Amino acid sequence: MKIGLFIPCYINAVYPNVGIACYELLKSFGYDVEYPLDQTCCGQPMANGGYEQDSRKLAERFEDLFSDYEYVVGPSASCVAFVRENYSRLLNHECKTEKSLYDITEFLYDIVKPESFPTPFPHKVSVHNSCHGVRELGLSAASELTVPYFNKIRSLLERVPEITVFEPTRIDECCGFGGLYSVEEPEISACMGRDKIGDHMHTGAEFITGADSSCLMHMQGVIDREKLPIQTIHFLEILTGQKI
Amino acid sequence: MSRTSHSRAAKAFQEDRNNAVWHDETLWMVRQKRDKLSHNIPEWEDLRHTARDIKLYSTSHLPELIEEFEKNAKANGCYVHFAKDAKEYREIIENILKEHGAKKLVKSKSMLSEECELNEHLINHGIDVIETDLGERILQLMDAKPSHIVLPAIHIKRERVGKLFEEKLGTEENNYDPTYLTHQARKALRQDFLNADAGMTGANFAIAETGEVVVCTNEGNADMGMSCQNINITAFGIDKLVPSRESVGVFTRLLARSATGQPITTYTSHFGRPHEGGEQHFILVDNGRSEILGMEQHRKTLNCIRCGACMNTCPVYRRSGGYSYSYFIPGPIGINLGMLKDPRKFSGNVSGCTLCFSCSYVCPVMVDLGEQIYVWRQKLHDLGVANQEKKTMSDGMKFIMEKPKLFNSALKMAPMANHAPRFLLYNGLNKWGQDRELPRFANESFNSWWKRTHKNNK
Ligand code: SF4
Repeated sequence: MKIGLFIPCYINAVYPNVGIACYELLKSFGYDVEYPLDQTCCGQPMANGGYEQDSRKLAERFEDLFSDYEYVVGPSASCVAFVRENYSRLLNHECKTEKSLYDITEFLYDIVKPESFPTPFPHKVSVHNSCHGVRELGLSAASELTVPYFNKIRSLLERVPEITVFEPTRIDECCGFGGLYSVEEPEISACMGRDKIGDHMHTGAEFITGADSSCLMHMQGVIDREKLPIQTIHFLEILTGQKI
Repeated sequence: MSRTSHSRAAKAFQEDRNNAVWHDETLWMVRQKRDKLSHNIPEWEDLRHTARDIKLYSTSHLPELIEEFEKNAKANGCYVHFAKDAKEYREIIENILKEHGAKKLVKSKSMLSEECELNEHLINHGIDVIETDLGERILQLMDAKPSHIVLPAIHIKRERVGKLFEEKLGTEENNYDPTYLTHQARKALRQDFLNADAGMTGANFAIAETGEVVVCTNEGNADMGMSCQNINITAFGIDKLVPSRESVGVFTRLLARSATGQPITTYTSHFGRPHEGGEQHFILVDNGRSEILGMEQHRKTLNCIRCGACMNTCPVYRRSGGYSYSYFIPGPIGINLGMLKDPRKFSGNVSGCTLCFSCSYVCPVMVDLGEQIYVWRQKLHDLGVANQEKKTMSDGMKFIMEKPKLFNSALKMAPMANHAPRFLLYNGLNKWGQDRELPRFANESFNSWWKRTHKNNK
């Protein structure tokens, strides 16, 4: 079975390792993975900033590049959520990729269902349950809802030998990134970032991990500025045993 | 980047760091109390769905429900008035009071009266208006406005209340004990209840089937005001109408749990008949509500039962305070209601949202608050109130992202930015860099890696 690999723009530019981890993981489970060239951005930054018409052409190209794959998989929860929630409306017709597109977390947890991952990670990590991962993709039980607890990221991480997994007290509060929000309201955005990192640090974790590199990027920016004793790492980098 | 009104005020709010932390933590505690109770009710999500359905039914059957309410209320011996806007609402109340020569009105909290600026109007016409909700009373004595719809004075610390009471009520010096202060306020209010000429309240629900209204309070002040006076006025938006007593049962299970984390409000009172020899007036107010009904994307704001849960859960509200919003209702619901009231005037609040959707998930009547804020953002440009720099950024992204070749060569050049002198990256224009380091571009993009390692591939 062929899988189309969706690598969002900022992962391409800033976190290629996360893309490589995603690719290698899928390969390791025996999938035939293709990366259609000429991918750029899903259009989420423009749309959340108030210019969703600026993402229409990108939606068209996405559909062109990926509509022939049975599965399309990408390593960024909020980009996947954006495509799923908005493309059909933006394109004024039913969008094929809306159904075939998975975030890698869902794909692993719901389709591949691996029992364990080979490389130990003898560290303490705190899971960042990102807003769009939680409330748009349902990667974990949203704290506002009265539903039984589950967390797909945590559950996958717990299949890694020697790892210790925590979640922060405000289990799924926003980290304050919000795309253009981070420059439109920089003080509140940074304050939310500091608070969130503090909450992760209180668990005693050495790493903040999660399925959304964008949140991790924002938090890493704060960590570096404040010289805080914690690091961010995408959870795929843990699952594949990539070098830290 | 030029600032929105919310962004400016939020920045200022953060300057008193201790106060900002206290504000965030206090309201988060309320959210936690809410979670504890809601999570103990297995059918909570079903209740939310039922409540939403009752509201959608009610707002789409308003003419019938209003007619039914009017008929039943009149049969109970009450007067029913209709106000199409704030002006009519104020005049109806003024006239009722004047007809009875009433000089002093005791009032329990009503956001509708804030919306329609009732107090100023009555005071200008020589009527003494006393707010009887403790929080509201504090604000009235301070000449300030609510910063939260359920906890109107949540931003004020007890030391300040103590000082205020010393000055206005003659309480003991430096006694900031909350119980003491509450007792003193009560003592003073008791006099007001006894010597006022009329009592007024808003309403949480108006029941068509019985022609009565339901008022939920924790202090019993609405009951005091209404029982001590013979002239009673109850005014509410037409969105408060629900079909039956049975449906109110669904809302009372949700309201206090969502609002303050209590199982139910201390007083849940039904007002449906005048006192012997007295008068009960009901005023049904439209003031823009039927227009909202016609707006498909925004209609669900009329589901709102004003519990304030969306404020308590909103990470931006908690860190920016109620006064950073330019509309009198703050937080997620306030951003939306402000835009519905006057999108040009209140567009400065739309930036106050990271689109985390916690509000939509916490809302007991399932108002799609975050989703509606997203929709409003799309409209700012056509309204002529969008941020020009944001547009420029979006244009820039669109320009590059629509051209894969350009995007890929930009990716190749990008690592050079890592070596640019810091003063170029961290200047006043770069709001990201103000409190955060910039992300570093990878030396090799994913795209280049793929091409290098998959030479035979396409
Ligand atoms: S929108 Fe929902 S959560 Fe917010 S005040 Fe209204 S009912 Fe409560």
